[in-house]
Parts: sequence; structure tokens; C-alpha cells
Amino acid sequence: MNKSEFVPFNNGQTLALSDIPESSLDEFCKAIIQGVHGGLRLVCFCADADLRLFAVLAEDAAGQLRVGWTQLSQASYPSITPHCVQANLFEREIAEQFGIVPEGHPWFKPVRFHTSWVEGRDAWGRTSIPEPAVMDYFTVRGEEIHEVAVGPVHAGVIEPGHFRFQCHGETVLHLEIALGFQHRGIERTMVGGPHLLSFKHAETVSGDATIAHGWAYCRVLESLAGVQVPPRSEWVRGVALELERMANHVGDLGAMAGDVGFLPTASFCGRIRGDWLNLSAAVCGSRLGRDWLKPGGLRFDLEPELAKLLLPRMAKAWTDTRDAIELLWGAASVMNRFEAAGHVDEAQAREIGLVGVAARASGISLDVRKDHPFGPYADHPVMVSLAESGNVHSRAWVRWLELAESYRFLTEALEGLALAPCDPVPEALPPLAPSSVCVALTEGWRGEVLHLAMTDSEGRFSRYKIVDPSFHNWFGVALAMRGEQISDFPICNKSFNLSYCGHDL
Amino acid sequence: MPESPISHTLQVFLHILTVLLLSPLIPGLINKVKAVMAGRHGPPILQLYYDLAKLSRKQAVFSRTTTWIFLAGPVGAVAVGLMAAMLVPFGHGHAPLRFQGDVILFAYLFGLARFLTVLSALDTGSSFEGMGAAREVTFAALAEPALFLGFAALAKSTGSLSLSTMLAHTGPHFKFSGPLVLVLAGWAIVYMAENSRIPVDDPNTHLELTMIHEVMVLDHSGRPFALVLYGASVKLLVLGALLVGPVLPRNGNPWFNWLAFYLALGALAVAVGIAESVMARFRMTKVPQFLVAGVLATAFAFLLMLV
Repeated sequence: MNKSEFVPFNNGQTLALSDIPESSLDEFCKAIIQGVHGGLRLVCFCADADLRLFAVLAEDAAGQLRVGWTQLSQASYPSITPHCVQANLFEREIAEQFGIVPEGHPWFKPVRFHTSWVEGRDAWGRTSIPEPAVMDYFTVRGEEIHEVAVGPVHAGVIEPGHFRFQCHGETVLHLEIALGFQHRGIERTMVGGPHLLSFKHAETVSGDATIAHGWAYCRVLESLAGVQVPPRSEWVRGVALELERMANHVGDLGAMAGDVGFLPTASFCGRIRGDWLNLSAAVCGSRLGRDWLKPGGLRFDLEPELAKLLLPRMAKAWTDTRDAIELLWGAASVMNRFEAAGHVDEAQAREIGLVGVAARASGISLDVRKDHPFGPYADHPVMVSLAESGNVHSRAWVRWLELAESYRFLTEALEGLALAPCDPVPEALPPLAPSSVCVALTEGWRGEVLHLAMTDSEGRFSRYKIVDPSFHNWFGVALAMRGEQISDFPICNKSFNLSYCGHDL
Repeated sequence: MPESPISHTLQVFLHILTVLLLSPLIPGLINKVKAVMAGRHGPPILQLYYDLAKLSRKQAVFSRTTTWIFLAGPVGAVAVGLMAAMLVPFGHGHAPLRFQGDVILFAYLFGLARFLTVLSALDTGSSFEGMGAAREVTFAALAEPALFLGFAALAKSTGSLSLSTMLAHTGPHFKFSGPLVLVLAGWAIVYMAENSRIPVDDPNTHLELTMIHEVMVLDHSGRPFALVLYGASVKLLVLGALLVGPVLPRNGNPWFNWLAFYLALGALAVAVGIAESVMARFRMTKVPQFLVAGVLATAFAFLLMLV
């Protein structure tokens, strides 16, 4: 009757489905609710076409994951969201994908506005393809209340999303976010795979987190195929992931400066982000790191000579980065803006299950690289960067600390790689283990990226579940806006900088 | 010093040419300074001229909800700006139009322009534009006392209610005195607010939720939008002339005076560019405090003139 019902396993470990005992629905729900109340996190909750529910809980302090499942007898079950807010979007997603209704869900609306994957079973009884963001919004009524609708088309070149503010004057009472415009059906495409394009699809879950998602996919495949990646290749993957983090954090800090009209950092960071992207391009030919990795190892190795060449380039980029960003902390007008907006306290952050930069900015020590080490991070640990206040400034500050830590990791890695000869080119992967499940977590620059794969009796994917950190964190943006000035929304939003396509899949 | 009629005609001609042709240069100059400060090349100084030429050849798109009021904003802003320009002395001597009390007309001409802009914003029925209009009016209500208290101080010092005398003939003892410095400090704040510059507003932002002035003109396009941009640049120049007027070192040589005026305007543009480069925008809730600081500065100036 507690979390021990669930089977413990490690990040990236493959389990045979037969080794995971089935829980009764009651036990299953209780295990999740009690687990989350006991300090575990719900990292994944999904269903499959056979009316089975799967849940993965993370016990971060112990570096363990726990998985359990239950078989439903009908397409409905009592919702656990009223007792566990972290399940909110997951339950709505399950309802949308498989028509399984969580009865008593307090906020029961579609997530991505697509029809059910199961013919003739739709949780809302929809028959035609729904239009994105067309739903009943939470409304506040009163003579002085006004509603502001922003998007899906925005003034800047960003992704589409619809934001509905309920305002009293300049104060935001409530923000509701409707996404789904970028839904491409990635999870469904993966079923029956791995196909030739599956790795590409994983990389493009969210283009700015190519390495984080690509690596998670590689780890799932390697684990299911029983292949060990040589340590040097893992180290190169670490370099790829940290370069991605550098480029994105630099871009984010610049964009946050731009949002408050602080031009020096905004302009400099725009260029410097390019310098970091170009370091990735120097290795694999793609600024976003596309095709740098491949299941089993690397498509583009980082040769010792190249590592030697990159070191001074990287040092130069870091000097520029530091100079540009230190201007931010020195400007009182910027600090005033950053510290005043977008507060999410630790209790709220824990309750809704924030991950990544947003969680660490609220004082939650959460980093897959430390808690569930993968790749090179067990041998070459990184420090978890923390801040306390949970406001825009904290999220900026965590990025700043992470830049320094990633740079330290990168320097150490490139110096090490300059001395070590390349690994042999990886061979094609053997067939995947049949009737198994594998969960791989990586820590992208936004936060925890989860890929879960289940294989059928022939070793093909029968279900592939992707959880981008944005899926956990969008609700955090809505919370951060409660009681804030509507004019501070852009800076709040940018301080999270979540992915629309990563959420929409 | 009696002026010859020909010289006076030339002065008026130069005055009109300055406001008609040179206004779009000021935003270009500010943007260039900002670009240089940020280590960028930036757009050409003449960019606004190119933009105006481009926009004037474009068709306008009108929302179905709008009426003729929607056009009154842009047209009114330019008409009013040009008219106000006739009341302010620029380089040498008097403004083309002057009479006792023209200072009141001057202030409320801009009030009229704002009224029309706000109406045309509300005419779109967009929640953004309504929000921008509310902000604009709130902040303008706080900027107006600063403007008038400054006028009061100058009127007390010069014994006149005509801008041509108040600005151009402050007398040597008043220049660089404590009250004048306070007036200029207060007016500098008004200048930032009225022209929607950082730290009050950000003219370059694309974030519709944070805009004050810009959001009110989001629905304008083509020629009406060209008028909006042109009207804004005229306002920059006219209020700039107001701000630099009391400190210009005027002497008998008209060409020296005109040169000093242009240089002072250029210096003002550079100063605005630098200010925008070194600080972030205020939080919207801080803007009223900033404007009240302007009111206090000019109020003290006026008090000092009374005692």
C-alpha cells in the first residue's frame, strides 16, 4: 500500500514488462498520491491503447526511479489530480490520446487539441478535428474586470501559443495558457519504430534542445539493445549537451535584458550565443547539434586535434559571455525589474512539480546530472546551481551559475579529450529487447527530459512517451503571473523560456 | 534689436523647413547612438526618411470596427505637432507665432493630439489598445503638472506668458541658476515620458503587453502609420526645442544662434540615446513615481522663484 509497490530502477535501465507486477487501480492511484505526498515526483504518467496506465515516480535523493502499472477495465478511472496537482496535464493528455476519462478531474480540458488515437473513443465525444485553443476558459466576472487575449500570433518571431489574462486594471488575477498549435504527432509516429527517421523526430521534439532529446532517445535505444557506449564518446556527448546549455542560457539572459530594455547585454548576447552555437557547428556541422549523436555513439567524433583547437575559441567566447552578463548584475534598473516579478515559492514549485532551471531558482535541488547521473556525469560530476527567491532574478541567476559550471565542465572535458584517442566508429545496434520498458532521463538546458519506450514482442516500439521539461513547467508561468502586473508578463515568460513545440509534441 | 523684414521672413522660412524636414533625423540619431553603444552598426541615420518614403507608397489596412476617428489620431498628431512648432522659438529670435498666453495653447495642443490618439486607439476595440490608452492618459496626467510648473517658473522669471519670450529671453542671470536647472530636470523627465523613451516606455519593443504609446498605434498601417511616425518625430523636435531653449547662448548673430540650436538638439538626441543604452525600463508601477519626481523638481523651481 505504498510506494514500494512500484519497482525501483535506475535512469536508463531496461526492465522486462513481466518483471513489473501489475497493481490494482486502487493501489496504483494510492502509490502515486502517497509517493508524491512523501516527496517523490511524478515524472511520467501515460497510458497505452490496451487501457493500461503507467506511472514513473522519481526519488531524487536516492537517485532512483520507480515504475508501476495497472490494467483498466473500462475507459475511465477516478482522477488523481485533486490529490496530486502534478498529474493535471498528464491525465488530460491520457484522456486526449486514448479517450480514458479521469473522473472528477477539476480542470478537464484538452491539451493539444487532436482527436483520440483510439477510433471511436474520445473523452469529450468529439468527432471532427478540434480547433486549437477553442475551449471554455476560466473567466472572472465583474465590472472592472477585463480580459486580454494574446496570441497565437505574437509580435515577435516566437512559437504560437494562446494566453488568456483575466485582469483588474494592470493586475493579473489569472492566466490560462492554451497550447497545441505545434502538435505534430511525434509520439504516435514513433510507434512501430525505431524507424530510419525516429532519431530525427526525437531531435526535433524541441529544436533548441536537440542534444538533450537526441541523447535521451539514444540512451533508450542503447539500453534496450544492451549496448554500452565507450566513456570517451559519452564525454563528447556531455560536451554537446553543455555547449547547448551555454548557447541557450546566453541567449536567454540576453533576451531577458532585451525585454526590460537593457540594450548592452541584449545586443552582446545575441552575438555571443552565435559563438557558442558555432562551437557545436565546428564539430558536427550543425549549430543546433543535429546529427552530432547517433544511437550507439557519435556520428561526429571530437578528435583530439579539434579539441585542442576549440579550447582557445571557447575561452574567448567565455570571456565575452562574462563581460556581457556582468553588465546585467551591475545595473540597478535591471535588478529592480528582475527582483520584482514572477515569484513562485518553493512549496508551489514542489506541488506543481517544476523541473530544471525554474525548480532550482525556487530553491529545489533538482538536476538529473546529479540525482540520476548518466553519460559522463557520474565520473565528472557537476554542481547543482541554486537560487532561493523563485523570481525572475533567481531564474537569471541560476542560468548564470550554470554557465560558469558548464564552462568548467567543458574545459575539463576538452582538455581530457585532447589527450585521448577516438573510440572506434559504433556498429549498427542489435535488435531491441522485446516486451521491455526503458526510461531515460537527461538534463537539458531547460530541465529534465524524459523518454520512455515500451517494446512489443518483436522489439518494436509499442508506446513511446516523451516528456519535455516545458510540459511540467508551463503551469509555473501561469502561477508566476498571479497578482503581477500584466506588463511584466513578457519578462516572466522569458525567464522560464519554455518550449511550445516540446509541450505540443 | 530691430530686425529687417527680409531677415524675419528668412527666419520663419528656416523655422518651418527645420520642423518639416529635420524632425525625422532625431530618431535616426538616437538609434545610431544606441547602436554604437551596443557595439552594433545600427540602421542608417536617415532610416526614418526611408521608412516614411516606403510607408507612403503602401496601402493602409483598416479594421472593420474602425471609423473616421481611427484616422483622426495620426492626422491630428501631425497637424497639432506642426502647429505647436510655430509657437516655440528655435534658433534665432521669436517663434513665427506669438502672443501672450500662447504657452497654454502650446501645452493643450499636445493634449489635443493625445486625445485624438487615444480615441483612435479606442476606436479599434482592441484590448491592447485600450490598455495602452489607459496607461498613456494616466501618465500624461502626471506629466502635465511638471510642464506647467516649469512654465510658471519661467513666466515668473521673464514676466511673460509667451514662449518666445519665456524661452529665448530668460536673461543672463537666470541661465544656469538653481531654479532653471530644476525646471530642466523636470522637463527632461517629461520629455522621456511624452516621447515614450526608456525608462518610461520602450519605443523599440515588440512586446505588446509592455507598451504604452506604441500599442496605441499597432493597428495603423501604410500612410496613416507614416503620419504616426512623422508626428512622433515632430514631437521629439518641438519638445526638444522647448527643453534646450532656456540654455541656448543667444547673441546677436542669427547664424551662430541657429548653429547652437542644431548642436543642442543633436546633443539632446545623443543624451537620450546614451540614457536608453545604460538603463533598463522602469517597472510600470514605478513610472508614476518617476513622473512625480519631475513634478517636484519643477514645483521647487517655482517656489524658489517666488521667494
